Amino acid sequence: MIFNKLSRRFLVIVTGLASMFSMSAAHAEYALNMTESVTPIGQQLYGLHMLVLWICVVIGVVVFGAMAWSIIYHRKSKGAVAANFHESTTVEIVWTVVPLLILIGIAIPATGTLLDLEDAKTDADITLQVTGIQWKWKYTYVDEDVSFISSLAQSSRDVVSDPTGNENYLLEVDEPVVLPINKKIRFLFHSSDVIHAWWVPELAVKQDSVPGFINDSWATIEKPGIYRGQCAELCGKDHGFMPIVVNAVTEAEYEQWLVSKKEEAAAAAASAEQEWSMKDLLARGETVYQANCSACHGPTGAGIPGAFPAMTGSPVVLGDPAGHIDVVVNGKAGTAMAAFKGQLNDVDIAAVVTYERNALGNSVGDMVQPSAIKNAR
Amino acid sequence: MYTETTHDAAHGEHHDHGPAKGLMRWVTTTNHKDIGTLYLWLAFIMLLYGGSMAMIIRLELFQPGLQWVEPHFFNQMTTMHGLVMVFGAIMPAFVGLANWLVPIMIGAPDMALPRMNNWSFWILPFAFTMLASTTFMEGGAPAFGWTFYAPLSTTFAPDTTDFFIFAVHLMGISSVMGAINIIATILNMRAPGMTLMKMPLFVWTWLITAYLLIAVMPVLAGAVTMMLTDRHFGTSFFDAAGGGDPVMFQHIFWFFGHPEVYIMILPAFGIISAIIPTFARKPLFGYSSMVYATASIAILSFMVWAHHMFTTGMPVAGELYFMYATILISVPTGVKVFNWVTTMWKGSMTFETPMLWALGFIVMFTIGGFSGLMLGVAPVDTQYHDTYFVVAHFHYVLVTGALYSIIAAFYYWVPKWTGHMYDEKLGKIHFWWSTIAVNVLFFPQHFVGLAGMPRRIPDYSLQFAEFNMISSIGGFAFGLAQVFFLYIVIKTIKGGEKASAQVWEGATGLEFEHLPSPPPYHSFTEAPPVK
Repeated sequence: MIFNKLSRRFLVIVTGLASMFSMSAAHAEYALNMTESVTPIGQQLYGLHMLVLWICVVIGVVVFGAMAWSIIYHRKSKGAVAANFHESTTVEIVWTVVPLLILIGIAIPATGTLLDLEDAKTDADITLQVTGIQWKWKYTYVDEDVSFISSLAQSSRDVVSDPTGNENYLLEVDEPVVLPINKKIRFLFHSSDVIHAWWVPELAVKQDSVPGFINDSWATIEKPGIYRGQCAELCGKDHGFMPIVVNAVTEAEYEQWLVSKKEEAAAAAASAEQEWSMKDLLARGETVYQANCSACHGPTGAGIPGAFPAMTGSPVVLGDPAGHIDVVVNGKAGTAMAAFKGQLNDVDIAAVVTYERNALGNSVGDMVQPSAIKNAR
Repeated sequence: MYTETTHDAAHGEHHDHGPAKGLMRWVTTTNHKDIGTLYLWLAFIMLLYGGSMAMIIRLELFQPGLQWVEPHFFNQMTTMHGLVMVFGAIMPAFVGLANWLVPIMIGAPDMALPRMNNWSFWILPFAFTMLASTTFMEGGAPAFGWTFYAPLSTTFAPDTTDFFIFAVHLMGISSVMGAINIIATILNMRAPGMTLMKMPLFVWTWLITAYLLIAVMPVLAGAVTMMLTDRHFGTSFFDAAGGGDPVMFQHIFWFFGHPEVYIMILPAFGIISAIIPTFARKPLFGYSSMVYATASIAILSFMVWAHHMFTTGMPVAGELYFMYATILISVPTGVKVFNWVTTMWKGSMTFETPMLWALGFIVMFTIGGFSGLMLGVAPVDTQYHDTYFVVAHFHYVLVTGALYSIIAAFYYWVPKWTGHMYDEKLGKIHFWWSTIAVNVLFFPQHFVGLAGMPRRIPDYSLQFAEFNMISSIGGFAFGLAQVFFLYIVIKTIKGGEKASAQVWEGATGLEFEHLPSPPPYHSFTEAPPVK
């Protein structure tokens, strides 16, 4: 059994090795340099990056060249006799002052770029609030009353054991954030649990989202397209699995999208008023559970001993529904258990609580309606 | 005179008695050579332990997808790899070298505080056993990165974190005691005539490093103590919900962490400054400017910590200051590299194994320095930060920098320590094997970092597959090369060609001019003459 598993893994490695060069020819993925940006500030950063890189290359050529020269010509086997000079104040001053001047040459453009980069406030057209949550992103359009959560797409989750063939593996989400082109977008970052960092290389935005604090950054996207990024700050177990997808569209398409999002929200609010059947709650609950709870509590409810409690047989789940709802809605202070009242709507919470009580090895038998969640908030 | 007589009377005729027999020799020893050896073996064991975790990391990253380990375990591996390599391998190795070399370089009979020396070593195996044991506990080993940012390491961490906190306290106590001992030895026990500006650079760099240790290890202890009280005693230093500030944790951590970087590289500068002149057969160029450059780097190291935090949302004035201060460090560091290259210029060079490792150090440490300069430029750092570009950078300065200097020091001084020459052919194979492998391992990480691969992820998108596979192959080869090194070390200790007292044609310094190879168990019981 275990031998089988091991030999399969080695087979994967061998085929992987064999396909390394052929695969790369097809994908042409030997990217060597920084991603070029679609924002003016990003292009400035790219220019600065290239400037410093070339300065390093030139200094490197001089220093390594001198070293190579000595190694080739000043070797004992070639009969070189050691000289005895060992100090020169002039030389020391020269190689202190010249690097200092080079640094000033770097610092001047860097200062200008930094001042531009940090000016998120001036003339911002749209403000997007980004909240980092273990392990997904919540987007709130501050002036529009539109808000949703974006997490790793199921099509990536399904293929973690062998992702070849899924071109956007780990860089695709269930719901991308939509932004208009040629508008100055101000991002406000914060976090509901640990520190995350929102990073989209092509937008040249990388900023930490810190619990209890608000950071900002900005981008003016010049080209429509889909831009992909990831969380950049270690944020726990699924840090590698919280991607970002930005869909940059024209202003008209953006307005249209806003309207459709608002209609969706209205429909969801209406469905919370209805009585739900057990079957519907369980079906919805499973989806909600797998997207929001399974990362810690496990897809089968087993948890991770010592780190995250199991759902199966949990006293909270098997106990009074009110206590169960309270933990899901308000979280558990001082632990990793988040308050889901800001993340999920009444139907989703009702569904997932019902699911946890009647699946994952539990069978309490009762069911929780969205109205109960509304009262618990 | 009186003391001299009673001493002789107590020991009879055997003035220079050897070590005790058996295991208790190592447990109770107060001899600087024994303790140096213990430190170096601990460092080697930790290098292999930390290295085996690196192998697991590279194995999982060999291909996209999750094949070998779970993400939670992967995070434990990256965290423990970092902690073990920094606190277990690199730092103890340098302390071991200081124990062996400082007394015989300054003409002292032993360290100033030999009993404390024993204690500062013997704390460490317990600290690391405690840290490593968490791997087998419920909740697992620390999984929040070796930088253990709050609140991931406080509110969101498993109970085993308390073992980590206590282990860090012990390591800190050990380091501070070691540093006090080194300062006391250097300032009080130099042979007559050995003025400060005549000390070998290794002694100078360690003197400065020891001050750095005493200054910053208590800061680290403070950080973990605040974590402890946040976790158990209701404080909210790093919890925004209680009025605290998670970013303050990073300020405190990096106020320790940045000088720590120089703690791991200044002694390396001392080693390279000893080896290059020997094999160029020419005195070190710019000795005094080397001393001043080391001191400048040490002072600057306290003033640049927040360059690790350019994306945390600092005020722009803070970012400007930390950018200017950071790139300024490249001036004294550049002076050092220029001095080494000028020392070689018009020398009469040979390329024995220690020289190869030292030359490898200069080239690859400088590459790490270049990427460091790039990272120091704040606006662009927002794009480099937390990517594999950073991983490549600090492995160039810590593996091909610090570790290379330690290996160079081993080959350079092991004939002195054991009286046996190492096998020159094997040493050269070790160098070329390691150097090719380490570049295959770390150079492509610059590319994936620039292309957008974040660090500390167990799995990645397909665009990074090729370079990660190459990197992993280099990683396995580099790991294997260090197992080969273990063989070389054991072979050299067991036997080998007899080394002369001077060992190397161009070697200078008290340890080569006044002591046989190997030196007696108690050396310099009388102070040697210093020119």
